[in-house]
Amino acid sequence: MCNTCGCNVTDANRHLLDEHADHDHHHHHHDHHHGEPPAAAAGTVAVLKRLLDANDHEAAHNREHFDEYGVLAINLMSSPGSGKTRLLEATIEALGGELRIGVIEGDLETENDAARIRAKGVPAHQITTGTACHLDAHMVHDALHYVPLQGLDVLFIENVGNLVCPASFDLGQHRNVTLLSVTEGDDKPAKYPVMFRAADLMLITKTDLLRVIEEFSPERATDAFRALAQEGPVLALSAKTGVGLQEWLGWLRSEVAAQKARAAAGKAVRPKVQPDGIALHGRGAA
Amino acid sequence: MHELSICQALVDQLRDLAARESAHRITRVLLRVGPMSGVVPELLEHAFPIAAAGTVADGAAIAIEGAPVRVRCRTCGAETNAEPGSLVCGDCGDFRTDLLTGDELLLVSVELERGP
Repeated sequence: MCNTCGCNVTDANRHLLDEHADHDHHHHHHDHHHGEPPAAAAGTVAVLKRLLDANDHEAAHNREHFDEYGVLAINLMSSPGSGKTRLLEATIEALGGELRIGVIEGDLETENDAARIRAKGVPAHQITTGTACHLDAHMVHDALHYVPLQGLDVLFIENVGNLVCPASFDLGQHRNVTLLSVTEGDDKPAKYPVMFRAADLMLITKTDLLRVIEEFSPERATDAFRALAQEGPVLALSAKTGVGLQEWLGWLRSEVAAQKARAAAGKAVRPKVQPDGIALHGRGAA
Repeated sequence: MHELSICQALVDQLRDLAARESAHRITRVLLRVGPMSGVVPELLEHAFPIAAAGTVADGAAIAIEGAPVRVRCRTCGAETNAEPGSLVCGDCGDFRTDLLTGDELLLVSVELERGP
């Protein structure tokens, strides 16, 4: 669709399209002038298509599945070891009786994380990517065969621990939640802007360690997040002590309710920032 | 290193394009990759020959153009240059901006040979 409707033509790349159109036209004219087309003709074809077009289509397909069942899909992203699985355990402990939760786990190897989630009585499917440093929409689609959406309120997709690659791949989620643990340093949003720009919520985790890691300032982390043109909420919690957990659960409840309302109204939502978002869809049409 | 995955997606697109255009060989590929795309152009350049080996794009040259990081301020309306780690308005300093360019990850054009 996008390669025919022209919505990916921006002010920055329009000249390329014009140049290439002229170029092609010139060749055709040249060929015509000599009557017979040559045995082998060289030409340039203007494309202007996202490299991850196939992934994006699969992601849209996944999102349709989620919307069909009214399930909220959340993509959890962070560095390895910042507490994604621990957060899920604490969330299931707190909301297991209230919300029906499913989990897709992404790791390079082992079933460990899925086993931890299943131990809490929640359906979980482990994707082991082998060497791939991220999940993509096709992997999530395959995993959906093992996680029945029917009856779920929320599906967490715990991405491979990595602050770089997962940000480039749409999985079909409705919301991106990016964790930043206090052991990582408060300048992470400035160092990994693509990841933090994609966040609908930044969650500062392991705040019980703030008393021993004085270098970490939640205010500085929030400032670095805001500097990425980020208006999204920032919450801080310790899944270990439970401090701050209620605010996270409140955010989650309101998102689940909003997704149910959208599903009932036949509407869909995408994460706030999609790659090429405003640039591809023209000025003022964000 | 998700650049290899991205190159494999690129080669899939090139294969489709070659079939559609009745091309037997792709000789040059032009991409546009902004600094906010999360992809490193140099790594794409290195990964492309590996992904393209044995396909219609085997041996094709790859060229990658950059894109400036530019934002438009929602408060004052100015359009200014920015940095990947700081997308604040260059005029008034407000953080509420929209990215205009800089996150492109596009296949711009392809040079190919048609015919027998």
